[in-house]
This record gives sequence, structure tokens and C-alpha cells, in this order.
Amino acid sequence: MKKEKEVLIYSGFERFWHWAQAGLMLFLAFSGFEIHGAYSFLGFGEAVRYHNIAAYLLIVLIAFAIFWHFTTGEWRQYVPTTQHIRAQLEYYVFGIFRNAPHPTKKTVLCKLNPLQKLTYFGLKVFLIPATLVSGLLYLFYRHPAGGGIETLTITSLNTVAIVHTACAFALAAFVIVHLYLTTTGKTVTSNLKAMLTGFEDLEGSGCEPAGK
Amino acid sequence: MKKPIIIVASLCLSGVVLMGTLSGKDVDQGTLEKLKAKYAAKHLPSADHAAFDALKKKFTSPRQVTEACISCHNKRHLEVMSSNHWNWEREEYVEGRGVVYLGKKNAINNFCISAGGNEKSCAKCHIGFGLDAKGKEYSDPKSVDCLVCPDNSDTYAKAPDEAGAPAAALDLNAIAQSVGRPKRANCGVCHFFGGGGNNVKHGDLEKALFEPGRELDVHMASPGANLQCVDCHTSEKHNISGKLYSLSSMNQNRSTCDQCHTAAPHADGVLNEHTLKVACQTCHIPSYARANATKMFWDWSTAGKLRNGKPYIEEDSMGNHAYMSIKGSFTWEKDVKPDYIWFNGTASHYLGGDKIEDPSKPLALNPLYGSYADEDSKIIPVKIHRASQPYDPVNKILIKPQLFGDKKGEGAYWKDFNWQTAAKVGMKTAGLPFSGKVDFLKTEMYWPVNHMVAPKEESVKCQECHAREGGRLAGLNDFYLPGRNYSAPVEAGGKWLLILSLLGVLAHGAGRLISGRKNGENK
Repeated sequence: MKKEKEVLIYSGFERFWHWAQAGLMLFLAFSGFEIHGAYSFLGFGEAVRYHNIAAYLLIVLIAFAIFWHFTTGEWRQYVPTTQHIRAQLEYYVFGIFRNAPHPTKKTVLCKLNPLQKLTYFGLKVFLIPATLVSGLLYLFYRHPAGGGIETLTITSLNTVAIVHTACAFALAAFVIVHLYLTTTGKTVTSNLKAMLTGFEDLEGSGCEPAGK
Repeated sequence: MKKPIIIVASLCLSGVVLMGTLSGKDVDQGTLEKLKAKYAAKHLPSADHAAFDALKKKFTSPRQVTEACISCHNKRHLEVMSSNHWNWEREEYVEGRGVVYLGKKNAINNFCISAGGNEKSCAKCHIGFGLDAKGKEYSDPKSVDCLVCPDNSDTYAKAPDEAGAPAAALDLNAIAQSVGRPKRANCGVCHFFGGGGNNVKHGDLEKALFEPGRELDVHMASPGANLQCVDCHTSEKHNISGKLYSLSSMNQNRSTCDQCHTAAPHADGVLNEHTLKVACQTCHIPSYARANATKMFWDWSTAGKLRNGKPYIEEDSMGNHAYMSIKGSFTWEKDVKPDYIWFNGTASHYLGGDKIEDPSKPLALNPLYGSYADEDSKIIPVKIHRASQPYDPVNKILIKPQLFGDKKGEGAYWKDFNWQTAAKVGMKTAGLPFSGKVDFLKTEMYWPVNHMVAPKEESVKCQECHAREGGRLAGLNDFYLPGRNYSAPVEAGGKWLLILSLLGVLAHGAGRLISGRKNGENK
């Protein structure tokens, strides 16, 4: 067995991207559910204004993140695989209660387990784009204006708004589970620490499952 | 290592806040400054009428004044005589009816119901002298009242119940020499008192607008812009722009906010977008009748009660008529939140003789057209005036009663207090059938609210409409309004998803805690 050593697993940009996105999304959820009518805090008008500004910042951030994914090749980490997915599931359902070791090894080249790959792939390819597109339509649609305004004409906000709301619920549920799963690392705080400092004690460097 | 990242992330969020704060202004100052400058300029009259010899010779009757006016303005009376102020009707195209000629002359409302046959009283507000039911006056140029609109001496007044003739003992020379641009007082003397008293009809046009403060009307505020009616209601050859849909049907010759403020007057893009579907008045007139109450309900069915054989009047706590033997009972309200409807600028009207389809439902006398799906429609504020008014339950038509009369026994309701005879005489004048039966029908009239624009700080706030429950637009349900509407299944599904996620992670976490302890013990 290789010896564990402290390695840089999350680069500076990756951490910045992660935390900025986390902050923006929390703020978007907070202001968004106020716009939705769930509660009143900022006041509707202010909530809309700040929600829109945060949305633009998030779009800029995502543009940089996409660039980063492709230039660094990090996108490969998110290609979903069925390999060991069962083992990973069994670990969360049974193994974790028996102090069994993680079925997959976390390495710099393979820092996501198969379930994470699947979840993040779904998040990046389906949920976040759906939220973004419905949000942009929400922002830029125009009432039928007899051709007076040269932008998107949508006869009813109904579908756009409801899709956007459904996406928001799904993202909020993701955040709850995601926050909890950060506590399932080697120690309760090791994953959080790694995402903050970038460094984690890891063994090995390849992309192979952990041996029994 | 932790700190820089947290700092960057929080910088990012404070960027949101900063951008929000900096982009927070919502009025385009440039346009407003230009308007202020334009309307601060003093009006310079183009002639001094006191210097004209034609106006110096002693006038003994108002018709002599009109002759003197025509001696110089020798075609102007023809413009007046083709205006709806003179004719009390104009041609209107009504969807499903074609072209109709509609106006005070023949319309039915739910206030004093109908002018026909009652001209002697109603024509106090006609711009002529001596309007009668036979219409003889319509063709006589000398009957044009050239003083009521341009009098700048503030002394001209019409006599009550004299069919439009001026009051006796006026200094007609002084008045004729004073003429100039019409002031609020000239228009207000009729338009503020329609329906037989201050603010009876409109709710947003009343005597407080003679000298309003800024909080009542930012435009007419006498210590402010001090706009006169004719500043917005511009005219071309005595045809004055702007009209009300109690009598109008077509989307033309309207007086609009856009004509000064442009279609996109806010600096805030989101507010400008609203102007596609929301009329300016909807947000900028949070309530009407802010100074004096307006009539909201008129119940003709209680009219006719007498004390010692004589008609009487009772007042409510605000000093408004609550009961009049000649008119029935009234409900007045002050500082009223408008109702809101979709409106595309076209309307229909109940015309004399129209069959009432369903007498169990309130009859809309002037249904205003519009819907969310209609591209030309906007949400506008309206005053809805409700009434219970006489109708013929056999012929199923509204009754135009004879109300005004000089003496008893001629059928006038205000003298004889008998609906059957008043209806018989009135319907005969109107050329309509009458079965001999009188019942009372619930009716509604829609009065768009356009005046009493409040200071911008008092504008309707976003959350007054964008609210789950009890918002101002709660009655308009044909569209998705953010903050109000939601999909019940998505809402329930979303809530359960969050609850189950939370319960799931809590259960999992608890499981780890317990099993962790056990494993620890086992080791």
C-alpha cells in the first residue's frame, strides 16, 4: 500500500469557482423563493433586482468554469461510468454503517466517485442548463407586443416560470444532500477542509478502484 | 489558505449588492427636467380681448356676445357645432353593432339614467343656450356658448334648470373681455360635478382639483406644475383630445401619459417592461377620491319616500347625501382602491331598447374589452359604479324615466314620485315600448381612473400585486403573475423533495452515529 501524502487536489480556480457558485446559488435561491412568494424579506422589487444581478454574475462565472473544464481537461472527471456504481451505492446503504472502507479511491486524476460523476454530470448537463435557460427566458421574454419589440415573444409565462421553480426545488434538494455527503469523507470535515485549502491526504494517483 | 477564498467569494456577493445599489434609480431625470422647464414657461396670450371694440359695446344677452365673437372668429362656431361637446353624440364603431351615434343625447347610465326629456335640467352643462328636447337649438349659431370654456374672469356661471342659459346679472362685457386659455375651473365646473354633485361620477375628477396639493395630483398641483386640463387634453379646431368610456367605444383621440412621458419613462428596465401590459395609471394612481368621497352605489329602488308628503334628504357621516326622496339611497367612499381590468381601448354600450339577457345578473352598461391574451390590452384601474335602476320586466329593457319637470301632474318623477307615470312619459319621449310594469335591475358602469396621479413615492409597490394572497390584481386570473401564481403539483412535489432529502440525510447521519458507536464498542 502506498503511503498517504498531502496533495493539491483542488486548484485555486476550482475552489474559487466552487465557493463563488455556492454563494451565488444560495443567494439566488434565497431571493428566488422570495420572488416566488414563499416569504418576504428584501421586498419583491429588490429581490428581483438582486436576483437578476446574481444571475448575470453566475453566468459569467459559469462561462469561465466551462473554459477551465476544457483547457485543463478536468471535464473528463465528470464523464459518468457504470463501473463500481453498485459498489458505491452499497457503501452508502450498508458499508458506511460498518466502518467499511470507501470502495473507490480518491486521487488527483479521479477525485469523484461513480455516484458523484453521475450526479455532477446530471447537474452540469441537465439541471443547471435547464435552470439557466428557463431563467433567461424569464428575464428576456416579452409579452406579445404586436411586433413592436424585437425580442422573444412568449404568450404566457406559465411554463417558463414553473420549469424554473421546479429546477430551483431540485437544486435546493441537491444542496441539502451535497452538504450532508461532505461529512462522509475520511473524517467528518476532511472533504470540507480539502475544498477550502485545496489539499487532502491521499494515496495513489491513478484512477483505479480501491483494493479490498 | 482558507481566508483568501472566503474573501473572494464574499467579494463576489458584495459585488452583487454594490451593482444593485448603483443601478437603483428608477426615474429618467432628463425627460422630467425637460417637461418641468416646458410647463414652467408662462403662457403669453396672443391677443388682449379687452382692447377689441366689438367687445366694448354693452351686451344685454349672451347671444349678443356670441354674435360679437363670430364677427371676428367667423368660422369657429362651425367647429364648435360639429364637436361632441355641442352635439352630445359622436359616431362610434362598436364591435358587433357597427356604427352607432352615441353620446349624452341618447345614452343610458346608472346615475340620473338619461338626458332625453330632461334637457332643461341636464343642459346646464351643454355648451349652448337653451338646449331643448326638440333639438331646435342645434342649428342656431347664436346659441353657441362662447364664454363657458374661455372665461378667465372666474365669474361666468350657468343657471340651474334653464337648459344651458347663463345665470342672470352677469357682467357679460367683463367676461367677454377676459377670455383666454381655458383653466381647470372652466372644465371642472361641469366635469367635476357630473351626476348632480361633486365627484358623483368619476371619482378622480372633483372640486379639490381646482387647487390641489401635490399629494392629490402631481400634475395639477397648484404649488407645483399647475397643469391645466388643456395641457394634456390638447385640441384641434375645438375637438378636444381624451374621452371617457362611459360614452366612447373606439380606441382613438385619446389623451395619454405617453404623449409627454414617452412609452419607456423609467430608468429601470424591469419597470419599463411593465408598460407593455400595465397602464401607467395602474401603479401611479394608488387610490381615487383621495380628498372627497365619490358615489359607489346608487339605489333608485328606495326613492319616493316622503315625510309629511314632502321629499327629504339625509346625509352620511361625511356630509354626503345618503338618501334623497327624488333619487334613492347612495353609498359613498373615500380614498378608494381601484378595481383592475384588462382594457384594449374599445368598449360596448347598452343602448336604449337593448334586451336584457339575464335580469338575475348585474348588467354592465359599458363593458370594456380586453384580456391578457389580447396584444393591445393593458391593465387599467377603474371605478365600478353599481346601481339598482328601473327596468321593464316584461319587455326586458331599461327604463328612461321622465325625472325633471316644472310642475306636478306631468309625469315627472321628481314632482310626482310615481314610477309608472314617469316611465310612461319618459319611454314615450324616447320612442320605446313600456309594459306598465317597473322593476329594479342591478347594473354596473366602468369608469377608467386617469387623474389624481400621486407623487412617485406613493406609487403602488411591487408586492401589492406580486403577492400570494389578497393582491390588487387578485381579480385578474387569466395569466401567470410572478409572486402570486404557482403550480400546485410542482409546489407540493418540491416541498416533499426538500422534506424527504432533509429527513433522509438526518436518518442516514443518525444511523452513522449509532452504528459508529456500536462499531467502536465492538472494536
